[in-house]
Amino acid sequence: MAELKGRVRIATNSCKGCGLCIIACPEEIIVIDESTVNLKGYSPASISSPAQCIGCGNCALMCPDSVITVERFTVKRRAEHV
Amino acid sequence: MTVIYARSKGLTDKDTHYCPGCTHGLIHRLVAEVLVELDLLNDAIGCASVGCSVLSYNYLNVDMIESAHGRAPAVATGVKRVHPTKPVFTYQGDGDLASIGTAEIVHVAHRGEKITTIFVNNAIYGMTGGQMAPTTLPMQKVTTAPEGRDVAHCGMPLRVSEMIAQIPGAAYVERVSVHSPKAVRQAKKAIRNGFLCQMGGFGFSLIEVLSTCPTGWGLSPVDSLQWLEDNMIPYYPLGVLRSPEEA
Amino acid sequence: MSKTLMKGNEALALAAIKGGCTHFFGYPITPQNEIPEFLAREFPRTGGVFLQAESELAAINMVYGAAAAGGRPMTSSSSPGIALMQEGMSSLAAAELPCVIVNVQRGGPGIGTIQPSQADYYQMTRGGGNGDYRILSFAPSTVQEGAEMMMAAFDLAEIYRTPVFIVSDGMLGQMMEPVELPEKTHRELPAKDWLAVGHGGKRKPNTVKTLALDPIVLEQRNLDLQAKYARIAAAETRWESYRTEGAEIILCAYGSTARIARNAIDLLAAEKITAGLIRPQTLWPFPVAAFEGLPESCRMILTVEMSCGQMVDDVRLAVNGRLPVAFYGRSGGIIPVPEEIAAKVKNLLGRA
Repeated sequence: MAELKGRVRIATNSCKGCGLCIIACPEEIIVIDESTVNLKGYSPASISSPAQCIGCGNCALMCPDSVITVERFTVKRRAEHV
Repeated sequence: MTVIYARSKGLTDKDTHYCPGCTHGLIHRLVAEVLVELDLLNDAIGCASVGCSVLSYNYLNVDMIESAHGRAPAVATGVKRVHPTKPVFTYQGDGDLASIGTAEIVHVAHRGEKITTIFVNNAIYGMTGGQMAPTTLPMQKVTTAPEGRDVAHCGMPLRVSEMIAQIPGAAYVERVSVHSPKAVRQAKKAIRNGFLCQMGGFGFSLIEVLSTCPTGWGLSPVDSLQWLEDNMIPYYPLGVLRSPEEA
Repeated sequence: MSKTLMKGNEALALAAIKGGCTHFFGYPITPQNEIPEFLAREFPRTGGVFLQAESELAAINMVYGAAAAGGRPMTSSSSPGIALMQEGMSSLAAAELPCVIVNVQRGGPGIGTIQPSQADYYQMTRGGGNGDYRILSFAPSTVQEGAEMMMAAFDLAEIYRTPVFIVSDGMLGQMMEPVELPEKTHRELPAKDWLAVGHGGKRKPNTVKTLALDPIVLEQRNLDLQAKYARIAAAETRWESYRTEGAEIILCAYGSTARIARNAIDLLAAEKITAGLIRPQTLWPFPVAAFEGLPESCRMILTVEMSCGQMVDDVRLAVNGRLPVAFYGRSGGIIPVPEEIAAKVKNLLGRA
């Protein structure tokens, strides 16, 4: 059972798809799916492999629009329960 | 489970009008977080300036006063002389501070006015469509220098932090950047130090934040971070130029 | 206070303190330097704040900031410095910030001279900043009147949320006359819940601003301002008449020139020539009503100014073609004497 270290939530309709979070992520698990569009007309960022998130917070640190919330788990969790 | 990063209470809930990847939003967030962490949010009074950030009063959760182009340090002086114990700051771009506002920024430092200036330097005039700024780099192409800044014609870029740092009343001067998570963490520390300098009564504090303008530079937001690192930092070195300890 | 001989500029400064001014921001320029100097000396003793700014541009913006943060600030300058402040005037009017601004007029245009003039009438009443705005402008004619107008100005500024001008000139500023300041009248002032003072976590943030990108919003702002200006015009327009009953010719003059015109009128009376004076005490709102219902005897109006003719435009508008309006003026810092005004009157009446 994998140990989940962190979880990221993105306020999708406020995201401008700028991509700064993508290069900030050391695990490279943030992506932009150009086939999707949010209410503002941007292709928003999303997490491709949530199980690999280490909860470092770099994505939120780089986000100019404060759309990212980062949680860090201090208790081991079963990845399947996420 | 601990939330280690969430939207700051120092920001309103309005989505910004800034271009995707514009680091104004990031810097607003750092100011907001510092004000909350230092418990200054309730008393803070900000002076907005003219440039892309003219609407900063819609995004920062503090009482704010719009200022005419370049005049924010004078407006802030008026405020601070009415409320000497409240945290007062200006938030200015490179046209506002380094072009039309050079007298005001020099004199607010000269007087040792206990305010904090956040100086957002992105080497271009964003709001008006990408014209040359006093901080535009040599050979950087802008709409009013389409072949690139010709230093023989209009001079070398202005290093504001160095200029202000040698004024006795300037107690804390640091230049930072936002091109990487590490740089952003240092930028936040510097902004925090600026406000601590103000509230400690040491004098004027200036934090120059090297920033991007993807739209003006004609680059993607991610490429802009790289352009900043490759081109701006060599000319505008990062670091603390003045602090109360050395004075 | 008993009667004291005071210089005009100093009387204005003393009256500002008594009128409740809290902050002065200004820059040296002749012929008004006694105002900042008086306040630099007295404010530390009375609890006010004096700060010499780096320029008039900075000074008017310090006034803006102090007013937005709840102070009762003022500045003073003279013609070229006032010109520099025009951007600030437009902003102050647009943001509806209470403050007092003194112009001790000198000859222009450009750097001009340090001698008196009235060549800023346009500048004070027609902008000169951008946009549709008006500023309540008082024009004293004696040192005593200047002091009284100044004492009332700070409260008026708060009542109407507007800048207030005191329009003086180099002669009034430098001359010495007896002054007895009255006790300050208490006035009910509106609550200032719009200030930028820190929200205390108890309310939404206040923003003091002038920007309104939506044209529908900005038009409404303008209409609201115009409505305010109409209220000010209805309540605050002031003028004084002298010997206008049965006058054959009526002069119109303000400030120093009005005193000289009165002397000219007395000289003419001795020669059995009936001249009268309408003296605007507010330049804006201009006392249009003073020119309605003029005596049947009146054949013409003569506007006298220390300029090439600026207030005469407002006189012509007010008279609206009912009577001919003539103009007499001196410029460049020259002050007319009563005899030359009297000579002009006689010339106009065909009695030269």
